[in-house]
Amino acid sequence: MQNDVIMAGFGGQGILLIGKMLAYAGMHEGKEVSWLPSYGPEMRGGTCNCTVVISDRPVGSPVIRSPRAVLAMNLPSLDKFERDVRPGGLLLVNSSLINRDPARTDLTVVKVPANEIANSLGNPRAANMVALGAYLGATGAVSIAEVEAVVRETFSAKPQLVDSNLLALHRGFEVGAAATGKAVASVAEEGS
Amino acid sequence: MAKKLMKGSEAIGEAAVQAGCRLFFGYPITPQNEIPEYMSLRLPQVGGCFVQAESEVAASNMLYGAAGTGERVMTSSSSPGISLMSEAASYLAGAELPVVIVNIVRAGPGLGGILPSQGDYFQATRGMGHGDFRLLVLAPWSVQEAADLVQDAFDLADFYRNPVMVLGDGLIGQMMEPVEFSSDRQPIKELQPKTWAATGCPGDRPTNIINSLFLDPEELERHNWKLKAKYDAMTRDEIRSASYAADDDYDVLIVAYGTVARVCSTAIDELRERGVRVAMVRPITLFPYPYQAIRDAALRASSVLVVELSTGQMIEDVRLALEGARPIHFHSRVGGMLVTPDEVIEKVECILAGGAAEVSHG
Repeated sequence: MQNDVIMAGFGGQGILLIGKMLAYAGMHEGKEVSWLPSYGPEMRGGTCNCTVVISDRPVGSPVIRSPRAVLAMNLPSLDKFERDVRPGGLLLVNSSLINRDPARTDLTVVKVPANEIANSLGNPRAANMVALGAYLGATGAVSIAEVEAVVRETFSAKPQLVDSNLLALHRGFEVGAAATGKAVASVAEEGS
Repeated sequence: MAKKLMKGSEAIGEAAVQAGCRLFFGYPITPQNEIPEYMSLRLPQVGGCFVQAESEVAASNMLYGAAGTGERVMTSSSSPGISLMSEAASYLAGAELPVVIVNIVRAGPGLGGILPSQGDYFQATRGMGHGDFRLLVLAPWSVQEAADLVQDAFDLADFYRNPVMVLGDGLIGQMMEPVEFSSDRQPIKELQPKTWAATGCPGDRPTNIINSLFLDPEELERHNWKLKAKYDAMTRDEIRSASYAADDDYDVLIVAYGTVARVCSTAIDELRERGVRVAMVRPITLFPYPYQAIRDAALRASSVLVVELSTGQMIEDVRLALEGARPIHFHSRVGGMLVTPDEVIEKVECILAGGAAEVSHG
């Protein structure tokens, strides 16, 4: 069993951070993980992405050309990675910043208004956490409890940020779970 | 110790510190800057010293001087910077100084690009600089293995009094994976006190002189054969390789090293699921090279596929290993482009269908 995802957006959206959180949570769950950032000549405000692999077995290629899931936080990311998603895979779209529908019809598409949700929670910078939550809700790649622990650890120096980030994570999770149905069971589990 | 998620560059730095490295000399170059960054943070915490030199030439000669004191020392760089260190590497080998050199290879030639490559294979395995010498070269395929091999590299450098290179690429440097450091790691070689080191001599022992100049040709010839005997000992005792999916029978044997072997392992998993019989042998030491292991593994296959990020460098060692015993095929990407599992799958299927041209000999 392997979950892999390319998370992409523009610099400053916290893409690399949520990728790392996902990898940490996977590791804490006892899974094999890898986190690979894009690196290259990039300009400030340019695009960035990372690939996270979470597997029951040692991770083979940390480079994934046809990921099982793509999280596109802005339009250039959707334009770049939509074509790469494995057929039948998952495409998460930040509908707050992306005003077009995906062209692919062979994917599970989940639209998450990540910025709007984060704004409504009073923490505009938590849009990345909403998106991470949506990914977890749609895939069940790692348990949300492990990610919660990582969030607490990540923000341990700024405890005032923990609650709003956890709230953002859960709101995203609900959107992802509701949109796919697949993970609804795990929502119930988490709620119990 | 518990597993930590670490960047390859950080794991390399931490491994060096855990191995007792206290002095680091370097000069910035992408994609390995996280190594000196980490060392600049970490070494002062353990009573060590980090120096950012004015150039790679300076850094590598500082390395020479510091190694002469018997301290465990390291530098890291990437391809163009390593070329600038090649003169010092020759002096280090000539003066028999133990150092660890990390090369996070980027695409070339010249300044090239900053993305991953294996284009420095010849440079690493054929001596790196002028004169008749070799580096012991270790090629990790994961962050954990990078950490393990860096620690081993210090023991091997001390044991052979020879520079040891850890050859990685931008993927190893940049990616994060779980790493575990053993809290009671023992040296992998039986190490003698460094009685040769120049540590200041109050007159109670003969003066130690660190030097690579031998103007008497008879003396230099003896020195050359002494060095050769070390390389022979490495070839006898230090060869390392790993196999993948080779317990079952196979028709095609892949030979790949470093991160490319990771990509190939994914291709092998997918091919095996489809019933395609394929396996891999992965050199871990590039010098000394596992000729016999590759030959033995290849003789169980009907053909061999070499995959590397160069236009054809390691394939020459595979040819030496096989001496024509099996047809050799080749797949590569260069310039910073990466081989994908799909490409490897396609190539293997093409070979089995008889549609792939064998690499010509000569």
